[in-house]
Amino acid sequence: MDQFINQPVSFAEEERPWRPPSLRKVGMLCLITTETALFSIFVVAYLFYMGKSLNGPYPHEILAFPWSGSIALIGSSFTLHAAEWFLKKGNRAMFHLWWFITIAMGAYFLYFTGHEWYEFIYHHHLTISTNVFGSTFYSLVGLHASHVVVGLILLSIILISSLRGKLHHDHHEHVEMIGWYWHFVDAVWIVVLTVVYILSAHY
Amino acid sequence: MAHGSSTTPEDDFVITPTRPGEEKGSWSSVIQDLLFTVDHKKLGLMYIGSGLIFFVIAGLMAAAIRLQLAIPNAHFLEPDVFNRFFTMHGTAMVFLVGMPIIFGMANYLVPLMVGARDMAFPRLNAFGFWMFFFSAWFLYFSYFAGPGLYNAGSAPDVGWFAYSPLTSKAFSRGHSSDYWTLALLASGVGSIATAINIIVTTISLRCKGMTLGRMPLFVWTFLVVAFLVIIAIPPLSACQIMLLLDRYLGAKFFDTQAGGSAVLWQHFFWIFGHPEVYILILPGFAAMNEIVPVFSRKPIFGYPIMVGANVMIAFISLGVWAHHMFTVGMTSLGNSFFAISTMLVAVPTGIKIFNWIGTMYGGKIRFELPMLFCIAFLFQFLIAGLTGVMLSVAPFDWQLSDSYFVVAHFHYVLIGGLLFTIFATIYFWYPKCFGRMLSHKLGMWHFWLFTIGFHVTFFPQHISGFLGMPRRIYTYEAGRGWEIWNMMSSLGVILQAAGILIFVWNLIYSYRKGKIAGDDPWDAWTLEWATTSPPPDYNFEKTPEVRSRRPLWDLKHPDDPDWKYE
Repeated sequence: MDQFINQPVSFAEEERPWRPPSLRKVGMLCLITTETALFSIFVVAYLFYMGKSLNGPYPHEILAFPWSGSIALIGSSFTLHAAEWFLKKGNRAMFHLWWFITIAMGAYFLYFTGHEWYEFIYHHHLTISTNVFGSTFYSLVGLHASHVVVGLILLSIILISSLRGKLHHDHHEHVEMIGWYWHFVDAVWIVVLTVVYILSAHY
Repeated sequence: MAHGSSTTPEDDFVITPTRPGEEKGSWSSVIQDLLFTVDHKKLGLMYIGSGLIFFVIAGLMAAAIRLQLAIPNAHFLEPDVFNRFFTMHGTAMVFLVGMPIIFGMANYLVPLMVGARDMAFPRLNAFGFWMFFFSAWFLYFSYFAGPGLYNAGSAPDVGWFAYSPLTSKAFSRGHSSDYWTLALLASGVGSIATAINIIVTTISLRCKGMTLGRMPLFVWTFLVVAFLVIIAIPPLSACQIMLLLDRYLGAKFFDTQAGGSAVLWQHFFWIFGHPEVYILILPGFAAMNEIVPVFSRKPIFGYPIMVGANVMIAFISLGVWAHHMFTVGMTSLGNSFFAISTMLVAVPTGIKIFNWIGTMYGGKIRFELPMLFCIAFLFQFLIAGLTGVMLSVAPFDWQLSDSYFVVAHFHYVLIGGLLFTIFATIYFWYPKCFGRMLSHKLGMWHFWLFTIGFHVTFFPQHISGFLGMPRRIYTYEAGRGWEIWNMMSSLGVILQAAGILIFVWNLIYSYRKGKIAGDDPWDAWTLEWATTSPPPDYNFEKTPEVRSRRPLWDLKHPDDPDWKYE
């Protein structure tokens, strides 16, 4: 027994390099978790108030499925991916091109939402204070749009710094994290699309 | 760092000599240092220091409330001033005392315990602190706004839960609810920033060899707390945004006349509010996990089970919020679900209590001050837990909801639980922070006066609650049998206040005159005791490497280290 305890212990783990997860990735995952919690409450509020408006306009009267905006935003996840692929290959020109297309698609989505709101406010007279549909619709879609704005700012910072030659090889992870954020914004849009434009469409 | 030609890693951490005009100790340099620092230790102490300041202010409000309620038909506080006082007392104690002090504990200790040089994002850390600090003073500024100090300004007067429609434009005129909403929204952003920082530090900055299974339980518990913060604070922020939209843009979220729902506020608020209770009490458990083993001279009993219990408490706490709403009139299925899930929390909590007792069992217990506060915690938290189980029974809750019984219950949780472990934490780690011990004699006076005062204040409230005394009334008539219990409660406050006074004096006195502590005054086992007291700016000269859960034990007992058995 004594011998057993006094034997020199070999540490298999000592051989392995000590590499805890990257702090940017963990940080971004935490941010996404907390944003998910925030969005869930607004989604729950929307679902809870579905069909509880006491006066019009009601969702089925004015909501039109946002085809072009959705295609632009969801498509931008793929163009972003293409841009990242070219960055990894070291092809800066193609990276800039696809990154710019991503920004343009995001900007189109924002324009689309703005146009939709304009229609609702000036032609259908639906404001945030009209009824509970207005309150929940503008707060949920507005919260998402504000995240698109932040995403566009982040994407533009990357593009500008890359064009000015300030984006170095060790910034790969920064680019990747902004990509994660953008994918998250897209995923939220799929939820919003389902809840607002499909589930509540006949109320 | 100043010398570019350095070759060895040690040379990177040469302390730069004091720059001219920056002599140590001058007031302006100290203030400059505090304003611009990103060092986790300074920020931690700033959190705890400002938390203690708000603790004294909120405590004075509680004393005023007790003075008003000491005798029937008293006229010491006007009714609306009374409302402002109990609202600000509750809000401050939760958001400006509890939260910052636990963040201070985490800020100071987590990087040291995992063997890191700082938090993962030091500037974000400073941002979190200043968000909290400014929002706190913003909240207190409300006393000077509106009708000014004499009528207590337009301080929030709607309860710390700000139930709608009390907070709607129609019922809450002026800006009191806006102060409440904006201040807590801002401090929520800071809390989330700090929590993310804690998680990233714990996961990504652990020193070599510190696997998740070797992390001190303190760090494990704070990891769970930080996760609860990032999941539970956003619902509060969301419903505060909705409230602001209601008040300023005429949205209809909580407007019952336009199809909105006042109960939805309660759901959203308690989805935050219940986990918040565990955000506040789990750090208490964290301190217990470190202090009990050191003063029992035994490793913690059942480490993996303690980790599991933490995670289970956090998980269950997210599904019990509506036990605050039994009297709202939910379905009986809803009531049953929330009653049973609430009782379930008693299981992991019981596991923890048994494991602490198991740690003490057969140990060589040293009754130093941190340990005394921990033992008091055990008894008081047991009482708090038992009254909690009582209240989780929906029919019982219908009888006692919003009575003083509930007040007694949550003060047993938050004072008997959290505050006692905060005291234990301060007595235990003060030597590490300042290099000097807190005076044992003053500490004993503090302990006994405060413990007795606490029980004299809050135990009678169980009885006045049973006798039907409701919460939040500013006065009451004689002849209902409440007088004696209220008088006792109010007298207990004097003892508590005396205890706090001695404690504050102890903090100041020992800073200059306390016994020199040395690096490891308690003969403890976690990494923070491996560096000097107070630790240098960079924490460790060489990043440590650990092989077991008690790295300092290994260091002190090379003949019989822990890692041989793990």
